[in-house]
Amino acid sequence: MVKGRMLQGARAMAEMSALCRPKVISAYPITPQTLIVEELSQIVADGDLEAEFINVEGEHSAASVVLGAMAAGVRVFTCSSSQGLLLMSEVIFNIAGMRLPVVMICVNRSVSAPLNIWNDQQDSVIMRDSGWIQLYAENNQETCDLLLQAHKIGEDHRLRLMLPVMVCCDGYLLPHAFEIVDLPSQEEVDAFLPPYDPIYKLDIDNPTTMGAYADPEKYMETRYMLQETMKKSLPIIEEVARDFSSSFGRTSYGLFEKYRVDDASTVVVAMGSMAGTIKDVVDELRDQGEKVGILRLVCYRPFPKEALYEALSGAENIVVMEKCISLGASGPVATDVRSVFQGRPATPRISGFVLGLGGRDVTMDNVRYAIHKAQQQLEDADFVGLKEDLELEGINA
Amino acid sequence: MLKVEERDKFSDHLLASGHTACPGCGQSLAARLVLRAAGRNVIVVNSTGCLEVFSSKYPESAWEVPWIHSLFENTAAVASGIEAALKVTGRLDEVRVIAQGGDGSTADIGLGAISGMLERGHDVLYICYDNEAYMNTGIQRSGLTPDYARTTTSPPGRASMGNWRPKKDVPQIAVAHGVPYVATASVGYPMDLDRKVRKALSIRGPKYVQIHVPCPLGWGTDPSHTIDIARLAVNTGLYPLYEVEEGELRAQRIPKGVPVEEYLKLQTRFRHLFDKDGAKEEVKDIQRVADQNIERYGLIVA
Amino acid sequence: MKITLGTVTHPGGSRVNKTGSWRTANKPHFLHQRCVACNVCALTCPEGCIFGTGQNTYYANEDYCKGCGICANVCPVGDIEMIPEAGEYG
Repeated sequence: MVKGRMLQGARAMAEMSALCRPKVISAYPITPQTLIVEELSQIVADGDLEAEFINVEGEHSAASVVLGAMAAGVRVFTCSSSQGLLLMSEVIFNIAGMRLPVVMICVNRSVSAPLNIWNDQQDSVIMRDSGWIQLYAENNQETCDLLLQAHKIGEDHRLRLMLPVMVCCDGYLLPHAFEIVDLPSQEEVDAFLPPYDPIYKLDIDNPTTMGAYADPEKYMETRYMLQETMKKSLPIIEEVARDFSSSFGRTSYGLFEKYRVDDASTVVVAMGSMAGTIKDVVDELRDQGEKVGILRLVCYRPFPKEALYEALSGAENIVVMEKCISLGASGPVATDVRSVFQGRPATPRISGFVLGLGGRDVTMDNVRYAIHKAQQQLEDADFVGLKEDLELEGINA
Repeated sequence: MLKVEERDKFSDHLLASGHTACPGCGQSLAARLVLRAAGRNVIVVNSTGCLEVFSSKYPESAWEVPWIHSLFENTAAVASGIEAALKVTGRLDEVRVIAQGGDGSTADIGLGAISGMLERGHDVLYICYDNEAYMNTGIQRSGLTPDYARTTTSPPGRASMGNWRPKKDVPQIAVAHGVPYVATASVGYPMDLDRKVRKALSIRGPKYVQIHVPCPLGWGTDPSHTIDIARLAVNTGLYPLYEVEEGELRAQRIPKGVPVEEYLKLQTRFRHLFDKDGAKEEVKDIQRVADQNIERYGLIVA
Repeated sequence: MKITLGTVTHPGGSRVNKTGSWRTANKPHFLHQRCVACNVCALTCPEGCIFGTGQNTYYANEDYCKGCGICANVCPVGDIEMIPEAGEYG
């Protein structure tokens, strides 16, 4: 008997968010995130969640509303994708700089132009410099599990973290899909996640000035503080995952999931739902006698360099597969993975592949192709799955 | 440290001395008067601009009340979030929310967020300090820069007579949102300003108050004339003072329409409108603006 | 000096900044002859540094006064003069 209910991903995520007791929710419609906020809107309208639901005039305002509410001392939630995330990007950086532990879901979608509403990971990956913790989920169950952990990680008092957390899930593939999801009860969530206890807030009984400006004599220190705090958050992320696993009886991976990696000579590194397809190929290749594995990165920021080195240093070939590209350079995830091995004894061949942009399916054939190509030669930012029969103006026509 | 008995009969130090506004700054005076009327039980949201910069350089803050600055264009949205947090925790009766910014952040970059806040009916008082240009970045033209004013991005030259557009009527935009209270005020009339802020804060729902504040640096006026210049703007009819409460307009009368020339010639930003032969044609255009305001709002009793 | 999370600061710290040092020319001199305690000088000082508790008691705190001259300009009975910084004429 499988525990849980058959739920559409967006419904599960909305219910999980409601269980975390946000008091102010604000979001703006954008495909494929809209479903989540529609569900939350209904939950509030039915009186099942005591919260203010603010329908704003744009994503910049959605992020600003939750910034204000969190500064006033209450837990919040927002959600966006693609163009909306880019529009609120100024506020995203502002929230991190102001050390407000906002939690949001980014439903991954490609960026314009041209307009494309389908999934890839470009939008959240663009935000990797912002000072937000970024966690990538493989399926709806994990999205919900990470959402609960996100509030706990960001609000952690012991090391004065106060960092915002972005939980990322692949648009359409996850929120729109139906999956059996096991959601905890309100009592279980309350036992795991205590009420938000701000270190600083806007309070007439104890006035503070928030958002002061810092001149050259002060600003650099604030960025250093953020950098060091993000590093300090790595063990907290692992600890919260362990707590989650023991509280709810379901594995949560913390920084990354290792699937058949330990004796692998070729290791794929990837994030998000395409890991599912990759695991199928790994199993198939293993059956054929190849020593292949996949390391599914969950925590992309802070980037767990040390832990990754330990996990990957035994491999000869590392095959990074990502749904994003830093145009004019390389794949961002591949670039980060290469940095793990700078100046280190182990020197695996690290190849980078770009797949699945704009909702293009990542097929088992694509994965097989990338693995075998990487095993023969070094590749960088190799686009896999391009249509051969198209004329590309300025390129081949 | 100042002793309690040295305070005057009104306690008005919620914007503390030691801020780095220019001498004679109309906006710093208006901000102090607003807080004096509002009292300690307020949370203030401020946009980027002169007021924010001269009062909140880390670690010195001039603000004695809870105060937050986020970005340039999201003041109204941040205030909406704070109001929502207070509402859901049952503190909205006790704590009032003020969102404030300059004319640039109000009429231009922040207008969308303001419109959203007014439309959604948040219980927030929005205050615009109108010094008629982007002063903090060095006097650039904004949507509230008046006709023919010199700014660095609307300078008079061989092919131009300065700013070629009239002021955007933001108070009427606020009225169009159907909010309970909209008012214009001037730092030249501090007690009227005080009355309007108190009245606004006593009303539940979104309110908009626009305050005319001279900027000695940007307007090219003598710092000691800040109050006089502000009063002249009102008494020429160029800056009509009025309130719109539940859609009903109540304009404040002026004794007579002072010729606009008397107001313009005191300011370097209008110097190009005068030459050795006196006032140029454009001054007549500005007089027409004043006359239209007088007519439209019934500022002079016939 | 401590850098707090999010550069959060506490109230009134600006008072360490003695803006009186900005004055280069004139400062206000309260004659205390004709004052009617209308309080307009205290009301319209942008620095909030004018104090008084009744007729002929008003003064400007010279630690903060920037010498803008608004008070001398608005006093309805002319009881405030702007005098050279040194305090004496000639």
